[in-house]
Amino acid sequence: MPQTSLSHRLPQQAPAAVITARNVVKTYGDFNAVDGISFDVQQGESFGLLGPNGAGKSTTMRMIGGVSQRTSGELSIMGLDPDQHGPEVRAHLGVVPQQDNLDEELKVRDNLIVYGRYFGLPYSYLRPKADELLEFAQLTDKAKAKVDALSGGMKRRLTIARSLMNDPKVLLLDEPTTGLDPQARHILWDRLFRLKEAGVTLILTTHYMDEAEQLCDRLIVVDKGKIMAEGSPSALIREHSTREVLELRFGSERNTTVAPELGGIGERLETLPDRILIYADDGEAALEQVSNRGLRPITSLVRRSSLEDVFLRLTGRSLID
Amino acid sequence: MTEQQPSQVPGGQEAEAASRASAESAAAGKTPAPEPDAAAAAGSVEARVPAQLTLREVDALTRPVTGLRSPLSPLQSAERARNFGSFYYMEHWLRQLRGYGWTVLMTAVGTPLVYLFAMGVGLATLVDANTNVSLDAGNGQAVPYLVFVAPALLATAAIMVASEENTYSVISGFKWRKTYYGPNASPLQSQQLVNGHSMGVLARLLLTTGLYFLCLVLFGAVVEPTGWVMIFTAALAGMSFGLPLMAYSASIEEDRGQFALVQRFIVMPLFLFSGTFFPLDAMPLLVRWIGWISPLWHSTELGRVLSYGYAEPVWPTVLHVAYLAVLCVVGWIFARRVYIRRLGK
Repeated sequence: MPQTSLSHRLPQQAPAAVITARNVVKTYGDFNAVDGISFDVQQGESFGLLGPNGAGKSTTMRMIGGVSQRTSGELSIMGLDPDQHGPEVRAHLGVVPQQDNLDEELKVRDNLIVYGRYFGLPYSYLRPKADELLEFAQLTDKAKAKVDALSGGMKRRLTIARSLMNDPKVLLLDEPTTGLDPQARHILWDRLFRLKEAGVTLILTTHYMDEAEQLCDRLIVVDKGKIMAEGSPSALIREHSTREVLELRFGSERNTTVAPELGGIGERLETLPDRILIYADDGEAALEQVSNRGLRPITSLVRRSSLEDVFLRLTGRSLID
Repeated sequence: MTEQQPSQVPGGQEAEAASRASAESAAAGKTPAPEPDAAAAAGSVEARVPAQLTLREVDALTRPVTGLRSPLSPLQSAERARNFGSFYYMEHWLRQLRGYGWTVLMTAVGTPLVYLFAMGVGLATLVDANTNVSLDAGNGQAVPYLVFVAPALLATAAIMVASEENTYSVISGFKWRKTYYGPNASPLQSQQLVNGHSMGVLARLLLTTGLYFLCLVLFGAVVEPTGWVMIFTAALAGMSFGLPLMAYSASIEEDRGQFALVQRFIVMPLFLFSGTFFPLDAMPLLVRWIGWISPLWHSTELGRVLSYGYAEPVWPTVLHVAYLAVLCVVGWIFARRVYIRRLGK
């Protein structure tokens, strides 16, 4: 019986990089979907790729996942080049794709077992492992159901369970909670957090800022195939935003006319059609200054700066399709 | 907070897998991820874990999140997938087949029964009674119509199955249900999906032609003892039609009813103009070429040699086999190419 080891929780040496990317480029026709990005992911780390739609997140994930060949640059996963050692790289990974691709013709449990077979694993391991992961994904009751009969959240959990069949140390999650209701998201976050605690390296893409703040130790913000910023969520907020944000609404007619009168309050001011944002380290003090100037907003709100402020600042507010 | 031992797991097996895994990771110089500690799970958590840990940490350490360790290292997995990946995918394919196994079986038995009653009892009485029609075995001996038509019906059944299995299910894997993208993210390689799929189709073909052959024997439609070889020549016809069709289906980006066209303008003409119901010689030269390029005709001619000793020189027999084999190989090469290109985008 193996002894429970606690020593692994203490970093004894600089952890090895699980993924190293240097100037990775992926070109479709004459369009650079990924335009020279470089980053490292350490073992046990939870690493996020943030960006608007079409930023190149999924393409990057597919290159890391060893299914899409890069156009140029260097990429190594577990020290292996995915273009040379595709099966070896993929054998290390668990992959949760953006769109569920479960086999709807098979039963829930069979989906897990069939997938585990792709890793050459024996049934004597796969059967109990499938039951264990169904428990983990809270799907034990549905083991014999057809996938068709599952809700969106259940399918997503089943896809995550499937990605764990080979007991991977690295998990790639492409927008794991997109399209789920809040309950399902929170259950998923809990499951992912447990995996992280168990030492699994997580690499995820998302455009939910709260998800990134919940799950990521470190992240990169990607836009138009390039890295715009890199760091931990709190460091990014410190670097690219203020501690607090004051939101003022004067009515959509008046916002632009009032804005010039607010000069000098806070560090930065942003005028949107529906409200004015004042970035300041002390939001309450800023609000006091506003009322001292005799301005009476219809509503005011002081809140902590979030990753969303950073994201919008870096990638802009215009709609990207 | 409850501590759970994965109750489904027999203890010995789990411990064995766990110790193998930890030995492996120790050998690889990696630190093992937390093991589910059976003793702790049995209820003595506090006794076994140093007191300074928070409950949450204890929970994380003992909870069987990824409790059961894989008995293979990733590199061992990859090696197995390189060697046996095609068979793994075939397993998946056959499991899918089991989902509609009843239909498969009913088709395999029902089709011959219907055709043999119609042809053997109905049409045959008419043809055999008509002395003007000469169906001879190439050596002057007359052949009953049922015996003449049986090898063609057998090969037709195989081609029907092949066209069923290589159209919608292929485009569904790429586009509708995207089921190919699951295995594609595993250590399997794109071309192994082609192989596994084809081996699965071959298994279904052999089941179909095998059952069909039994029906032929029951109806007295097979004369020579070599007739059973038709089981394989008919399945070969199915593959020689199925593999190129698979390549075509895989290349379809947008479904605009192409498969209905394939059915109407390829499968049906082949069925009617491949010397199925009458010798190809009875057709004007203008349409005889349809038979020459048709895998159905080649397989039917082979079947007639095997089933009732239809006398033809050796070279056409060799040509039939070679033609069917070449179609298989060309179809396979193209299918591989399309799968690799499309899944590797």
